[in-house]
Amino acid sequence: MTDMKLRVLIAKPGLDGHDRGAKVVARALRDAGMEVIYTGIRQTPDMIAEAALQEDVDVIGLSILSGAHMELFPRVIDALKSREIDPADVLMFAGGIIPDADIEPLKGMGFRAIFGPGTSTADIIKFVNDWADARPVSA
Amino acid sequence: MAPIEALVEQLLAGNRRALGRVLTQIENDTPAGRRALAALYPRSGNAHTVGLTGSAGSGKSTLTGALAREFRARGRTLGIVAIDPTSPFSHGALLGDRIRMQDLTADPQVFLRSMATRGALGGLAPATSGVVTALDAFGKDIVLIETVGAGQDEVEVAMMADTTVVVLTPGSGDDVQAMKAGIMEIADVLVVNKCDLPNADLLARQLRTIVEASRSGRLTPIVRTASALGEGIGDLADALEEHRTYLGASGVREAHRREQARHQVLALARQRLIDRLVMAQGADGRLDALVEEVAARSLDPHAAADALIGEGR
Ligand SMILES: Nc1nc2c(ncn2[C@@H]2O[C@H](COP(=O)(O)OP(=O)(O)OP(=O)(O)O)[C@@H](O)[C@H]2O)c(=O)[nH]1
Ligand SMILES: [Mg+2]
Repeated sequence: MTDMKLRVLIAKPGLDGHDRGAKVVARALRDAGMEVIYTGIRQTPDMIAEAALQEDVDVIGLSILSGAHMELFPRVIDALKSREIDPADVLMFAGGIIPDADIEPLKGMGFRAIFGPGTSTADIIKFVNDWADARPVSA
Repeated sequence: MAPIEALVEQLLAGNRRALGRVLTQIENDTPAGRRALAALYPRSGNAHTVGLTGSAGSGKSTLTGALAREFRARGRTLGIVAIDPTSPFSHGALLGDRIRMQDLTADPQVFLRSMATRGALGGLAPATSGVVTALDAFGKDIVLIETVGAGQDEVEVAMMADTTVVVLTPGSGDDVQAMKAGIMEIADVLVVNKCDLPNADLLARQLRTIVEASRSGRLTPIVRTASALGEGIGDLADALEEHRTYLGASGVREAHRREQARHQVLALARQRLIDRLVMAQGADGRLDALVEEVAARSLDPHAAADALIGEGR
């Protein structure tokens, strides 16, 4: 029987070692019925893109606290493109400590939502589900 | 050309992105996925498939990662399938086996796919054999399969892999576990992992006694490892290669693969019959009615099953 499941990659680029937030989001998405691949801390852009390729995920969530997002996120996008993954085909979102001024530039890169530290997991689940519902079904 | 046929062609030409996408179709058991498998199956059968099973937390992921590094150093390419449980409540899953194999992500000759059990029993996911077939057809020399860590009732992996590794740890009651649940019977190689912990020697000796007592033909090797420290990994890789050589030389592989093929065909046919039955009987409420009667004890389960099948044609 056909069983379509949303597959989500939650990754932590950069050097900061705090992944409580990332784990909370990973568990919440699992509890919402998704299959969540969690890769651990200190991921390079290439490791993230490679995991996305091997796991063929529908959704990529990046969590970052170190402040290096404007440097690392474009490199994640490039690493995806170099693997023939069109960031527009994947739902990309980010969470963590990201200043307001950076939100528009990140959206321009392809991140469809930026969630700040106080975001409820229910909002993130709704955001992912809304995207999945609106997505054209492909064979 | 239909997209899946094009993807399969790209996969066979070595495109990793295409492999990832084909695996999704296989995992979701879509019509495209079935067509892909039909095209890939005749090109599979060359990889050495190795299943690793053992209790939760016994070190299967750490061991799988260490083995993959060892085989890479020996020049082999690898596919890895890592299975974690689907929550019976949310139907979601947290797939965390990649954490222990992060460094392997940088190696393009290693392809790791995580899978959730999606309701299947026996330590595998419903589409695991299809995913292994695709990695095999892609050209991987070795495919490692890490089962769910339940430690019991994981015999399914032996029906898929050439070589089955059972991972045990000292001080965890694994010696008792080993004698239950047919775990010893499915082991082609036994591993005592976490050998840095006390009582590893004791466990290895107990296992040796069991293995020698129940010996029929080949003596199951017992390998001691400390996967977190990278110890004993070369010995384990040697044991796996020896088993592969043994399978080839003894003609056991053909018999084994025939047995596996029978098991697989029957399992799939069984599933299709049940799906068909449930769809037909579920639709007109007949199944629910029988369930009611059985629950109320006005009908016994055997009679209900007979009625279900009798009506189901
Ligand atoms: N002392 C010791 N601990 C180890 C060794 N190998 C792994 N561990 C630890 O055992 C724990 C579980 O390791 P994993 O490799 O995740 O075990 P697993 O069998 O894959 O676990 P599940 O997939 O959750 O069933 C981790 O905390 C490892 O660090 C070892 O050789 N010695
Ligand atoms: Mg594991």
